[in-house]
Amino acid sequence: MSPLVAGLLQVGILVAALAVVYRPLGDHMARVFQNKGHSKVELAIYRFARIDPNAEQKWSTYAYGVLGFSFVSVVFLYVIQRAQSWLPFDFGRGNVAPGMAFNTAISFVTNTNWQSYVPEAVMGHAVQMIGLTVQNFVSAAVGLAVAVALIRGFVRHQTDRLGNFWVDLTRGTIRILLPIAFVFALVLIAFGVTMSLKSGVDVDGQTIANAPVAGQEAIKELGTNGGGVLNANSAHPFENPGEWTNLIQIFLILVIPVALTRTFGRLVGQHKQGYVLLSVMGVIWAAMLAVIWGAEAGGLRPLEGKELRLGIPGSAIFADSTTGTSTGATNSLHDSYSGLGGGGTLLNMLFGEMTPGGVGTGLYSILVMAIIAMFLAGLMVGRTPEYLGKKLGRKEVTAAAVSILAMPTVLLIGAGIAAILPSTQGALNNPGAHGLSEILYAYASASNNNGSAFAGITVTNDWFQSSLGLCMLFGRFIPIIAVLALAGSLAAQKKVPVTSGTLPTTGPLFATLLTGSIVLVAALTFVPALALGPIAEALQ
Amino acid sequence: MENFLKQSWAGLRILLALTVLLGVLYPLSVWGVSRLPGLHANAEATDTALVAVVREGDKYFVPRPSAATLPASGGSNKGELNEDYTKVIAERRAQIAQREGVSEDQVPQDAVTASASGLDPHISPEYAALQVPRVARASGLSVEKVRELVASNTHGTFTTTVNVTALNRAIDSASS
Repeated sequence: MSPLVAGLLQVGILVAALAVVYRPLGDHMARVFQNKGHSKVELAIYRFARIDPNAEQKWSTYAYGVLGFSFVSVVFLYVIQRAQSWLPFDFGRGNVAPGMAFNTAISFVTNTNWQSYVPEAVMGHAVQMIGLTVQNFVSAAVGLAVAVALIRGFVRHQTDRLGNFWVDLTRGTIRILLPIAFVFALVLIAFGVTMSLKSGVDVDGQTIANAPVAGQEAIKELGTNGGGVLNANSAHPFENPGEWTNLIQIFLILVIPVALTRTFGRLVGQHKQGYVLLSVMGVIWAAMLAVIWGAEAGGLRPLEGKELRLGIPGSAIFADSTTGTSTGATNSLHDSYSGLGGGGTLLNMLFGEMTPGGVGTGLYSILVMAIIAMFLAGLMVGRTPEYLGKKLGRKEVTAAAVSILAMPTVLLIGAGIAAILPSTQGALNNPGAHGLSEILYAYASASNNNGSAFAGITVTNDWFQSSLGLCMLFGRFIPIIAVLALAGSLAAQKKVPVTSGTLPTTGPLFATLLTGSIVLVAALTFVPALALGPIAEALQ
Repeated sequence: MENFLKQSWAGLRILLALTVLLGVLYPLSVWGVSRLPGLHANAEATDTALVAVVREGDKYFVPRPSAATLPASGGSNKGELNEDYTKVIAERRAQIAQREGVSEDQVPQDAVTASASGLDPHISPEYAALQVPRVARASGLSVEKVRELVASNTHGTFTTTVNVTALNRAIDSASS
């Protein structure tokens, strides 16, 4: 089979599988967050946490919930890494160094899953399970909860209540993520992914590290987390043994962000509102796939940093999907991609990860961008913009702008300082423009909570550990607070009736406007930086 | 601040409850089910041919170059315009051409580039074909027999690849 046909066939299978589950999963997720009843397990958890699940929260309390939960998660994850040598299954790997533990704790709590450590040498199975696996679930559930709160902001009117964060968090975890992850963990094992409590396995006299991979692998992709159980991530044969596991993993990465557009349409009472967002996500995803795949197929040494069994198309589809969401799992080394191909993966993150974006984060990011797009359209026709029956006034547009601008601000400041620090020179793995790309990619990945890397860069010194840690924090929580404030202010409003002057947000005009805004914001912000890195490399 | 502390306290309790569920019960259930026959060998990677193993001697097929530091996995992360690495690739190409007794332009891409994991067990059918005469000579097997073994270890739906780890085991059992 020619690589072109093979690649198109894989894309076809992927799209077909997503289409099959789109409605049932999207509708299921809508019901999960609408339903009034609680299951027994959930009630037990609420009782243990002393939470009244029927009490609804204001946006500020909801936000304090997100921040408080994330804060204790960071502390807990830091402590168990620092105490690893007293936990079982540590295989003498010892306590994780303070800087690395700090960075990793933030990384997994913010759904970034950036890894400054080599798992096989640093992380034992206990920390992987009770620390990292747990955050793989709950950080994704936090994203879902924030997205749902924003939808409620649009749907509700004249109220200061957005729902209960603890209920949304628990339901997202137990009713959506956990059952799907469990089933797919077993499917992955059936296709050859490992699940061992031993530290390694002897293969013809050679020891290869092993781990309880499958359980974490399933939620790693499903929760758009991306932190590898093993160093080579989804390139490792134990994490991703073949062509079918590769497709399953890409499917898991995309399935929730894609189906959430259906959830959104259902909750706002008009499916078309969701389809139009999906079409924008799909168009940019497909366009970026063409760029990355095309660049790699025509690269100088396309097989460097790629697994032969996964092939160039299988690597490109994965790379496009992992950077278009906030996943950051990799099945090939983006650092070894061509200038254009690697630049494509970088640009994908710089779009703000809404094509289709991470679990929950993708939906709220594109909704924020929709507000920006409607604001721009409002400026053009000189009319107060509206979206989904809500007026977009000063408060709403300010919140949207803060949410959008947080990422570029921390990214460019961080990368700018890193580029002039003398110590950075020794951290790079490649000279010239590609070296700058390694820095840019690191800060783009951290600030967008992606987690993939141009992995040649050595990020274990104190500057990188702390600055990238802060980028992850700000890149995660500034947008979340802004989005929840936005949701609160939308929910307080009255519904405005649709009139002949209302710009419809279900047609091609809106889709074009939204696509244009996504591309324009990224282009205006990042072209100078990109010109010095990947663009310079691609033109050489 | 008071509200933040109150919410953090609730958060800690929720986190502990979810840690029991997601960090203990979930992975142990998956592990438990993976003990079933049919899944057990996969879970423990028993006799696995998923990872490359470098075998000493001319009678074995050679996998792709590796940049991994075993037992951990990893790749080179070298960009395509990295001149130092271009030299490394040229050296590999010359070495392979000499080893197999062919001209340098016959050496395929996968033979000179490192994979992402450093554990890629596969090579292209072209690279396998290149190695057949040497393996046949050194193992005492006929060229036809070696080709047959290559064919029976060639698989793939979208990309056709030859599994070196399994192939070398087949060479072992055929030549002993």
